[in-house]
Amino acid sequence: MSETAMSDRSPRPLVEIRDLRMHFPIHAGVLRRRVGAVRAVDGVSFDIHEGETLGLVGESGCGKSTCGRAILRLYDITSGSIRIEGDEIGTLGQDALRPRRPRMQMVFQDPQASLNPRMTVARIIGEPLDEHTTLSRAEKRDRIYELMDAVGLNRNFANRYPHQFSGGQRQRIGIARALALNPKFIVCDEPIAALDVSIQAQVVNLLEDLQDRFGLTYLFISHDLSMVRHIADRVAVMYLGRVVELAPRDSLYGAPLHPYTQALLSAVPEPDPDLEASRRHIILKGDVPSPANPPEGCNFCTRCPQAMPICHRIDPEMREPRPGHFAACHLHDPDHIPTAGSTAANDQPQQGE
Amino acid sequence: MPDGASPILEVQGLQTVFRTRGGDIHAVNSVDFHLQPGELLGVVGESGSGKSVTMMSLIGLLPSPPAEVRAGTVRFGGDDLLRMPARQLRDIRGARIGFVFQDPMTSLNPVFPVGFQIMEPLRKHMGLDRAAARRRAQELLELVGIPDAARRLGDFPHQFSGGMRQRVMIAMALACDPEVLIADEPTTALDVTIQAQILELMKDLRERLGMAVIWITHDLGVIAGIADRVMVMYGGQVVEQAPVRALFARPQHPYTRALLQTVPHVTGARAERLKVIEGQPPVLSGPPRACPFRARCAHAFETCARANPARVAVGPDHDAACFWDVDRGAPRHV
Repeated sequence: MSETAMSDRSPRPLVEIRDLRMHFPIHAGVLRRRVGAVRAVDGVSFDIHEGETLGLVGESGCGKSTCGRAILRLYDITSGSIRIEGDEIGTLGQDALRPRRPRMQMVFQDPQASLNPRMTVARIIGEPLDEHTTLSRAEKRDRIYELMDAVGLNRNFANRYPHQFSGGQRQRIGIARALALNPKFIVCDEPIAALDVSIQAQVVNLLEDLQDRFGLTYLFISHDLSMVRHIADRVAVMYLGRVVELAPRDSLYGAPLHPYTQALLSAVPEPDPDLEASRRHIILKGDVPSPANPPEGCNFCTRCPQAMPICHRIDPEMREPRPGHFAACHLHDPDHIPTAGSTAANDQPQQGE
Repeated sequence: MPDGASPILEVQGLQTVFRTRGGDIHAVNSVDFHLQPGELLGVVGESGSGKSVTMMSLIGLLPSPPAEVRAGTVRFGGDDLLRMPARQLRDIRGARIGFVFQDPMTSLNPVFPVGFQIMEPLRKHMGLDRAAARRRAQELLELVGIPDAARRLGDFPHQFSGGMRQRVMIAMALACDPEVLIADEPTTALDVTIQAQILELMKDLRERLGMAVIWITHDLGVIAGIADRVMVMYGGQVVEQAPVRALFARPQHPYTRALLQTVPHVTGARAERLKVIEGQPPVLSGPPRACPFRARCAHAFETCARANPARVAVGPDHDAACFWDVDRGAPRHV
């Protein structure tokens, strides 16, 4: 099981994202002319291997949720390529996408908002079956019960309505619906953010059990860095529409390379008073710039404690300073290594990179 | 922590009930606690544990109906806040007791500039004239680290980012030099890097102004970083209370223990599997006659269903409301 997942890294990844862009136009004036765009996702690339969980973290507005929705083609993307099992879906129209939808599903943040309050649990979980299968009524009912068992919901509650359930149970209903069509790939968009601490662990353990049992592949989007450390195999960090760092979990949490990741991790308060008393928090100044008007050069240069002159001019490319550990930062660019200490004296314009 | 001094705020036997169509909800059940001058008391609990309702009850901010504060005393500087004329309580609120809420957008009035909103309590409670209030408002914005404060006084709430709005809220709460600041999940809606800025600001302000703070949160990490003493609430009751280090080092209530084990960390060892607190929080439809945590508790035994445990001393300034002695692994002799 996990052994194959570890060694099977050579075959083609299940999900391949290349230079994905999702820009939302801004219209203004009486003529509603297009005056600009919010670059919510601005050139994102990564792979997700079969059976793994890729964590996608970042602060609000960084584009992580938009990225997840764009990958499932809930939007018509601006540009880029999305391949799932080698099948390009980035450019497909909605009709062509329809038969491909069962393979890829989503679990939403707010189970209150994503479940129809007028439908019973059985109908909510059964709806994808109505849409995409030709099962008989009895077969459907059996499948619904099977799904309710899988997510730990009592079968006797099949005819109840969402409001009769607690937040954690509602999220289980959302998960059962996502599983109905035997998907391979599930985007979990902040699935635990609306839940209480004691309920979060229940849902995360359930997601892990289901992954083992059905061989699922997850994109786990969250702002909760400690929970992502728990659930993810690899982690991508987003800032202002870009992935700034991507690495295996232990490498990312143990030795983050990008100054943004370093600040983000150091800002998470640890539930340990002795540790908190001795830990140095990197306090970032200011706020995230608007994605409608990102800064020149590196997106993070306006808040970066280690920004050099070059960072304000040239957008750093994604590099691989350690095997499998990628970062987009001039500090890790062999052509721009700052001289020992932190002076940026050797910052000469380098053409043709 | 200034020990031995008499508390600035002392709450005893507080009981709050919400009267709803579906029956009464016993949201707060005989809650006792005190706040020492200059200390930061962290209040931890999940939604529905009664932490916010407790604090809202004591400053008379709950709408009545449906809320009804049925019993208790709240001693603040020799007076009982629960038995005070509304007018007098209004003078204390915002002047001697300041508060900051989770979502600044709902607490700030969107149609007035923030400067006007900060100046309002200054003129009302402190009797400052326009010019003096304006100077003080600018000082306050500078104090909470808002750049270009003089110009930003004329800006409206929507022109500030989330973190900056929360700073404005803190500036407003601090306007009249309160003796007590009540902060209800003030950083929960913020991103971690912005939360880190606000926590840093709070530490700095406490050093400079020396006020006592009640900080309500569900985030144990935040508590570990800023609290002197912690009160854990569950099912409308205080289940454990201790100095912050003691609480994290040797939690005595099974709920506190479970809660500490269930949260993952960003540093240190990583658990392969998260510890889970099974079940759901209780529905508080009646006055508590048994331990509210018993249905989810790994140590529950017959006594727990028969009586609601009282808080008993388990260490220096440390008490827990539990019949089970976790250190001895046996029922507690009371």
